Amino acid sequence: MGKTLAEKIIAAHNVDGAAEVSAGDLVTVNVDVVMANDVTAPIAIESFNAIGVGEVFDRNRVMLVPSHFAPNKDIKSAEQTRTLTRFAELQVLEHRFQVGRAGIEHVVLPERGLVLPGDLVVGGDSHTCTYGALGAFATGMGSTDIGFAMATGKTWLKVPETMKFVYYGERQPWVYSKDMILRTIGEITVDGALYRSMEFTGPGVAALNMSERFTMTNMVIEAGGKCGFIPFDEVTREYVEARATRPYTPFFADDDARYVSVHEFDLSEMEPQVACPYSPDNVHPISQIRPEKVDQVFIGSCTNGRFEDMAIVADILQRTGREFHPDVRVMIIPGSQAVYLDMLRQGWLELFTLAGAAVSTSTCGPCLGGHMGVLAADEVCVSTSNRNFRGRMGHRDARVFLANPAVAAASAIMGRLAHPDEL
Amino acid sequence: MKLEGKVWKYGDNIDTDVIIPARYLVTTDPQTLAAHCMEDIDQAFASQVQPGDIIVGGRNFGCGSSREHAPISIKGAGVSCIIAESFARIFFRNAINIGLPILESPEAARDAQKGDTLTVDLVAGTITNQRTGKTYQASPYPPFVLGIINAGGLVPYTRRELGIDITG
Repeated sequence: MGKTLAEKIIAAHNVDGAAEVSAGDLVTVNVDVVMANDVTAPIAIESFNAIGVGEVFDRNRVMLVPSHFAPNKDIKSAEQTRTLTRFAELQVLEHRFQVGRAGIEHVVLPERGLVLPGDLVVGGDSHTCTYGALGAFATGMGSTDIGFAMATGKTWLKVPETMKFVYYGERQPWVYSKDMILRTIGEITVDGALYRSMEFTGPGVAALNMSERFTMTNMVIEAGGKCGFIPFDEVTREYVEARATRPYTPFFADDDARYVSVHEFDLSEMEPQVACPYSPDNVHPISQIRPEKVDQVFIGSCTNGRFEDMAIVADILQRTGREFHPDVRVMIIPGSQAVYLDMLRQGWLELFTLAGAAVSTSTCGPCLGGHMGVLAADEVCVSTSNRNFRGRMGHRDARVFLANPAVAAASAIMGRLAHPDEL
Repeated sequence: MKLEGKVWKYGDNIDTDVIIPARYLVTTDPQTLAAHCMEDIDQAFASQVQPGDIIVGGRNFGCGSSREHAPISIKGAGVSCIIAESFARIFFRNAINIGLPILESPEAARDAQKGDTLTVDLVAGTITNQRTGKTYQASPYPPFVLGIINAGGLVPYTRRELGIDITG
């Protein structure tokens, strides 16, 4: 019987050296990269210290990224970041991630070639699954698990079953991978991939650029998934070759691998999708949603904060010559300082600012209701991020609609939920 | 080990943002977190929960963010155990790792009502609803996970495994 990507990568990292593992096996694996952020690192460091090994397993492979409340929003968040930076200094960690030089971990780590195809990555952030776009096994864990991995270079895993998703047909205008993943979550629901791996395949996925691929695997956790994969191909190779900080080995699923289910999506019939409050699986085509007035639009996050996402917004502004609606607070936040610099060089900081947006340095901020755009009761926000749970972006009665960057830009211009064709 | 407590009943897909909203993630102190536990879904919980009470959830309890602050806030609130139809995987690991008992039993979760008193035998994995008298068998833990639970969490378990804590 053939093997899935999850089975192959886990087998290659199995500490027992068993050549094969199968879904359901409980194994201990070596990890390639251990990551945590300013929210999860403090508890991970506490656990690490309590374990008492003294030094991290490999100072080149532990990465602590201040992102959620960065730049520090208050004294308490500053103290959490201090815990993280002091630990990085004390352990002489090779890779440092300072405000002004980094950004959101899930944008920065791939960008710098620090996570690579075939890697096994554990991160103290649920969106660690993003790296699956590179063909890495990457999964989010809590802080104590991360402390354990920092100390030992290992973690335990149950080898997941795998669901296969096939996308075919010609993509319609204004449809992006965000729509593909929202539609998928809408179909299988928020626990549809619970404990499972999701392999995204087909011509519709092969045609995606790396930015769109990251958007897709980013939201695997919104279906309850443990990890997600986009098969390594020439697009991946080109992205990685320019960045890789060390050698890597891509893995490929066998043709006769065992999948618990196969789901097919025809892109020629898919229009832009919107996840309505209060769940990422409350997904509807935009044509079926009431065009509600919006108070805030957020374009950014680990889901849609990359250069190509910003290019979609810039293109809409340039082509239409429109500005954002004067009654809408528009927050445009790049996912990393590298993206910020590219935006600056393209002249988009000026373009976005003249259009009426607040453009800031990189942060997760508004996505989790942390800072930089917290919502009041009853406010409506269109967001390119990944979660619209009650209270996620501010007050429990605020309402968040998740959409792709083009729908977000169109809504920001129209002052209400809008299809880009309306411009 | 036997537990007994009153039920706080919630529905499906209780996410970690409602268990502990991100605005409170600027601390790791269990008591401070406990004061805001479940705030966005049940404002009475934090002020009325009694030591030993049991949270009962539906499917996919603890979905979303990996924040360990979620089970920490629940444990800090004095909750003795969580029973649900199913758990989100990161939350499941986090609860086990910090030594918060967590049991999967779809039938027990569905039958329990707010205010019921449940008796839980963690060793046998049984849950008894005192209102109905019915007893349920929870899904067993894999032996490795049981080892972490018996050690009182992942940190003490690891110290023992690594030979750092030879008394454990």
